[in-house]
Amino acid sequence: MTTARSTLGNTIAAHAILIAYTLVALFPVFLIVINAFKSRRDIFGEPLALPTPESFTLVGFETVTRQGDFLLYFQNSFIVTVVSLAFVLLFGAMAAFALSEYRFRGNPLMALYLALGIMIPIRLGTVAILEMMVATGLVNTLTALILVYTAQGLPLSIFILSEFMRTVSDDLKNAGRIDGLSEYRIFFTLVLPLVRPAMATVAVFTMIPIWNDLWFPLILAPAETTKTVTLGAQVFIGQFVTNWNAVLAALTLAILPVLVLYLVFSRQLIRGITSGAVK
Amino acid sequence: MDALKLTGIRKSFGATEVLHGIDLTAKEGEFVIFVGPSGCGKSTLLRIIAGLEDASAGTVEIAGAVVNTTPPAKRGIAMVFQTYALYPHLTVKGNMSLGMKQAGAPKAEIEEHVAAASKMLGLDALLERRPAELSGGQRQRVAIGRAVVREPKLFLFDEPLSNLDAALRVNTRLEIARLHRELSATMVYVTHDQIEAMTLADRIVVMNAGRIEQIGTPMELYNRPDNLFVAGFIGSPQMNFIPAEALGGAAGETIGIRPEHMNVDLNGGELECEVVHIEQLGADTNLYLKNAQAGDLTVRLFGERYFAPGSRVFVTFDAAKRHLFDAGGRAIR
Repeated sequence: MTTARSTLGNTIAAHAILIAYTLVALFPVFLIVINAFKSRRDIFGEPLALPTPESFTLVGFETVTRQGDFLLYFQNSFIVTVVSLAFVLLFGAMAAFALSEYRFRGNPLMALYLALGIMIPIRLGTVAILEMMVATGLVNTLTALILVYTAQGLPLSIFILSEFMRTVSDDLKNAGRIDGLSEYRIFFTLVLPLVRPAMATVAVFTMIPIWNDLWFPLILAPAETTKTVTLGAQVFIGQFVTNWNAVLAALTLAILPVLVLYLVFSRQLIRGITSGAVK
Repeated sequence: MDALKLTGIRKSFGATEVLHGIDLTAKEGEFVIFVGPSGCGKSTLLRIIAGLEDASAGTVEIAGAVVNTTPPAKRGIAMVFQTYALYPHLTVKGNMSLGMKQAGAPKAEIEEHVAAASKMLGLDALLERRPAELSGGQRQRVAIGRAVVREPKLFLFDEPLSNLDAALRVNTRLEIARLHRELSATMVYVTHDQIEAMTLADRIVVMNAGRIEQIGTPMELYNRPDNLFVAGFIGSPQMNFIPAEALGGAAGETIGIRPEHMNVDLNGGELECEVVHIEQLGADTNLYLKNAQAGDLTVRLFGERYFAPGSRVFVTFDAAKRHLFDAGGRAIR
């Protein structure tokens, strides 16, 4: 297909690069999923082989469902991820609106302060955070995790959203003011729907690190009732023996919810990434 | 009672002052247009009247009441924006009724107002559509309809025609003129286009760099400009400015003469010029000339005329239509 804008060679090259990248990116996921369905011997014998009738086994999944309360772990992960995400989006968008919409003394300084967290990893403050959680009695609660993840997600969220909110037409907001809408109605009914693609982008970038995090659940909420999936999967990794069937099965299950959330946001995400480039 | 009265309006953003004390009154039913180049403060002034921006000093009175601290929705105004600013999630009808709904008007009354406005602007067929399904011209009609529904004491227009193409611009201009006649409402309109100002206004306010240069009816501004800025801004093609010395006048003074008040003669006249370029528009012909002392001149001739570029012609002036300006740019009368 040769047109004015592309030649056959270019099209093939572009697709080859994209397909190669997709394969590289998906390979670890593929490896986890196929090996989750194989017996221990076959996992080590032929790690790259697909499960055959001889090697097929669900023993990993059986172990996962029998040992530990994985349903609870999933529920914990889900609550922490969804609630943190909701807070990050809500507070991030509100702060971004204030920074982009209102002129007040110290606005640029405030914006800088709120965005500083992007450059400073929150894990540097782990000891202080733990002390704080101990002092407030929040250790081994999901609240502790939600608070930490909200703080972790806000800087990027504010940074991205305030850039997007600057592009929302001033005339539209002013029309709302003249029609007597409150600032909250203007924010929720006029501005938020217009920055929806940006919200989806922020949602995906915020959600995945929270779901996958091992550090904070291990430190702040290692109790049986507050374990998250990633922490739960660790019980199968021992110092001397690792139950690979169970680990891989747990990881396979852990991929699913995040995949569903990603699909929900992805349609919006693509629009978010391309908006601005194409009108 | 004045529909709008501005007293000593000043506005600064940080250290930069953009409005340097504006005094203005608009009578009931008057169509007032602010015109000026970009950045002259006309839009800021409109936003101050609307209450979208606070004045740094001075008072705004609408229909006799000082509204400095009144929020926009309570000022009895309606505004039409350059970018239409329709609510994307509401239908045309929803867009038009939102203001009254927010003000707590009874449903029957809202229906009645929307129906009247929609009939006036020919929007009946579009009422259930969303803004995304409308063309630019239709969107601006809806935006105007939204303003009409509220029956405001004061209509504010912020460059409403700038985003429309040339043909639609003329149509919408006529629509706005008709609306003004039918509603006999007070309207304040901002534009940078002097043709819109000349065709629509009862009174034009010419602004430049945060100051009012002159206020007057379109013909007053055309016939008796107070200063060089107004003389140059009103009228198209622009007025010619000739150093008075070139025509035997006093040094430092400037003679202004509009292109349509000049004529050319092949045999003799006041200034001998070279033809640089000619534009034939059918009804008019614009002739661009050059003279060593007077500089570049534009002459507007009526009807089809032709002069070859490079040929020499003589220019004659309509003596009664000359404007004289002193060294400071003020008109000498």
